[in-house]
Amino acid sequence: MSTTATAASEEKSPRFRINIGAILMEGRALVALLLIIVIFASMNDNYLAAGNLATIAKDVAFNAIIALGMLLVILKGGIDLSVGSTVGLTGAVAGNLFAGVSLPLTDAVMYPSLWVIVVIAVAVGMLVGWINGLLISRLNLAPFIVTLGMLYVGRGLTQVLLGGTNITNELRGEPGLNNEGLFSIFASYPLGVPISAWVMIALAVIFSLLLTRTPFGRWLYATGSNERAAELSGVPVRRVKTRVYVFTGMCAGIVGILQIANIRSATADLGNLYELNAIAAVVIGGAALSGGRGTVRGTIIGAFVIGFLTNGLVIVGVSPFWQTVITGAVIILAVATDQIQQIVQRRRAHARAVAQAQKDSARRGSLESKETS
Amino acid sequence: MSEERTDHQELSPTQNHDGADVVLRAVGISKTYGVTRALKGVNFEVRAGEVTVLFGENGAGKSTLMKILSGVETPTAGHLELDGEQVTLASTSAAVDRGISIIHQELNLNPNLKVRDNIFLGREKNSWRGIDYAEQSRITAEVMERLEEPISPDTYVQDLRVGQQQIIEIARALSTDARILIMDEPTSALSTAEVTVLFKIIRELKRQGVAIVYISHHLEEAIEIADRAVVFRDGELVAAEDAADIDLLWVVRTMVGRDADYDFREEPREHGGVALSIRDVSVADPISGKFPVDHVSLDVHQGEIVCLYGLMGAGRTELMEALAGRDQLAGGQVLLGEKDLRGTGVARRIELGVGLVPEDRQRDGLIQMQSVGKNLSLASLSSWVGGGLLRRGAETRAVSGQISGIGVKTAGPEAPISSLSGGNAQKVVIGKMLLTDPTVLLLDEPTRGVDVGAKGEIFSLLFQQAQKGLAVLFATSDVGEALTASHRIVVMSRGRTVRSFDPRTATREEVMAAAEDSTGASPGAPEALSTTGSTNGAQG
Repeated sequence: MSTTATAASEEKSPRFRINIGAILMEGRALVALLLIIVIFASMNDNYLAAGNLATIAKDVAFNAIIALGMLLVILKGGIDLSVGSTVGLTGAVAGNLFAGVSLPLTDAVMYPSLWVIVVIAVAVGMLVGWINGLLISRLNLAPFIVTLGMLYVGRGLTQVLLGGTNITNELRGEPGLNNEGLFSIFASYPLGVPISAWVMIALAVIFSLLLTRTPFGRWLYATGSNERAAELSGVPVRRVKTRVYVFTGMCAGIVGILQIANIRSATADLGNLYELNAIAAVVIGGAALSGGRGTVRGTIIGAFVIGFLTNGLVIVGVSPFWQTVITGAVIILAVATDQIQQIVQRRRAHARAVAQAQKDSARRGSLESKETS
Repeated sequence: MSEERTDHQELSPTQNHDGADVVLRAVGISKTYGVTRALKGVNFEVRAGEVTVLFGENGAGKSTLMKILSGVETPTAGHLELDGEQVTLASTSAAVDRGISIIHQELNLNPNLKVRDNIFLGREKNSWRGIDYAEQSRITAEVMERLEEPISPDTYVQDLRVGQQQIIEIARALSTDARILIMDEPTSALSTAEVTVLFKIIRELKRQGVAIVYISHHLEEAIEIADRAVVFRDGELVAAEDAADIDLLWVVRTMVGRDADYDFREEPREHGGVALSIRDVSVADPISGKFPVDHVSLDVHQGEIVCLYGLMGAGRTELMEALAGRDQLAGGQVLLGEKDLRGTGVARRIELGVGLVPEDRQRDGLIQMQSVGKNLSLASLSSWVGGGLLRRGAETRAVSGQISGIGVKTAGPEAPISSLSGGNAQKVVIGKMLLTDPTVLLLDEPTRGVDVGAKGEIFSLLFQQAQKGLAVLFATSDVGEALTASHRIVVMSRGRTVRSFDPRTATREEVMAAAEDSTGASPGAPEALSTTGSTNGAQG
């Protein structure tokens, strides 16, 4: 019994060792996440306390939801810089709907119910994304430029809608108006976990299915990897390109609602710089900015890396200025290791080819010498 | 005429039969890309004051060798000797520094800059006041004089004709004191008059002692300018002869090697009704305003394999892409059975049953980042959807069935597509289209970069499908496969179909002559072609 077991394990051990190396490299975002947790937990006991974990979970969830949308855009080889201001815009739209809409030509003020507000806010996000998508796929404009422009437009409209003040008290709703419940639903903690984290989990499952189990997912990876080949294979490339921006807009709309419930106010700077954190999460998660490579799992881990890192730096008392420097360095490090891994792989392939060529020429040489002798 | 040589010893670079100066020598060069061996121990030499022409089919290794000589790629094995001294060319600029320049098929000029600025791009003449434009203009004018081409240094490149732009490329190479000039398909975009000018310049450069390496698919032109002819096949240099001792027939025979080991001429043929009807189709090039496809008419029947034979620039690719729905027609009509395809795009045409296997497999055919299986299923994903999700079982079954059905040699559906050889990758692209259950399959140069063995397998696959009723239209510049792997040959030249042949009775020379015919005034007028039945013989 024991001898056969050893024989089997000996046989397996070399393959097993190679696998560990590969897993460490492949799962480096996860390794980084565990390292971050271990380091900060050893420095401060409160880091892993339930209250702090809930805080982290909420922050991670907001970023991760945006990042899921961003992942789709990046898989296509695009970028969406407008999501942050779309969060602000949908928050402001929702805030205004809570405050009531004066119907023109009458004295009546309309107060939509809670769920109508939620649907409208998300629809506004999708509309912004759809406009981005149309401009990019139909007019062939550069995604960077289009969404940069939309960043300004969205933020500007947010300020117009809020008119220089925040909408705070109206968000609570009034019993008679059927618009109560924003806080009790969208800032709740089912089973002790923030609702935003549940939304993140739900969206992660949906997006994961979308990417791996639907034609749209395959089309997206194919378009991001080789648009010409995808088109010639009958992939509706333009539709795919438009739709990914609609998805980012939808994610931004969802976060807009969750955020105004969370901070109990619709403010003009809501969602500021969210786009950059989302891009960072996607990239740390192993996606290629050139398109065609990236996963939901990686993106979620990437969001956790940023969340745990940011929170840890705060908790151990690193100055805010240095926090920013360190976060930036981690992002660069993540992308650099990715590149280094690819360079190493290419070198190895080349070395193998050289060795093979030498073997071949040696064999040919020995054949020739045999012939001459 | 000598026998074709395969013995490397006989071609060793130490042999120098007429005493001309060998300036550049490649010794035992091999190059491997992944699993593909593009060059296998090639010995090659270039002599001062001579034009060395490289012949070979696509994928024979010519371009790879040129990339190595010009510093674009480094060899996997072997080395280069310049003036008898071993050198390493780590980059193109290292090659330029040593007097080796390459002019690529695609012009690398900046149209928005003046001639002189293009010539000195990246190595501007500087003085303390910045760029010394006067000096640049002077040198440019000097080079132009040397080329006997009166183009002003101050002209913007966008205002020049393609032939003149080609000359600017040559001028740029000369201004770097190039002693070795590599020209890759320099005439593919030129008019006859421009070719004459180019050849005059080449002769002048020869006289000045420049060594020229010349690659062209235009065999007769290349033979005209050659001093030495070198033939590549399957990554090996198989023959090197003085141009005086060779002719077109020798070049073709040596290029193709043994006649291909496949011959489908005697396969039973049963053709049904018209599957694809091309009626008076024209395609316009939006940039030049010319018509790469000019009033082409052609019918392809069910179960018939039609070969569209023509040289580079004959309009084959443009016609294929227009048929696939990628480009708009400038005129004419395409019918699939009874259905007019007007206004349908690529995706819709695949649904209707017309798919294209594109010419450039890497660029247009494969999703490099994905597996063999995902490449195969890409065009027909919609057929495996149930409840909004892909039924992966059905997909896997179809993909695995296709892998064994068309004989793709791979570790499995999960293997990366980049692990496949050229022939197997091509089978994947074809298999992807076959999975969409087409009635018409279009293939543009289906054997480009495919080794000899796999070529036969690919055609055998097409003939199998044709017997089940698939209509096949494939484009090629390889007269050998036109003759051995089709039911009917239609020759295309300068955007028009000029003649039609029955491969059972046609000869290599006839077919090639028809393609070279630049006037297009041949017996088989385009109108006649559309009515050409599937079984009648050669026309004219």
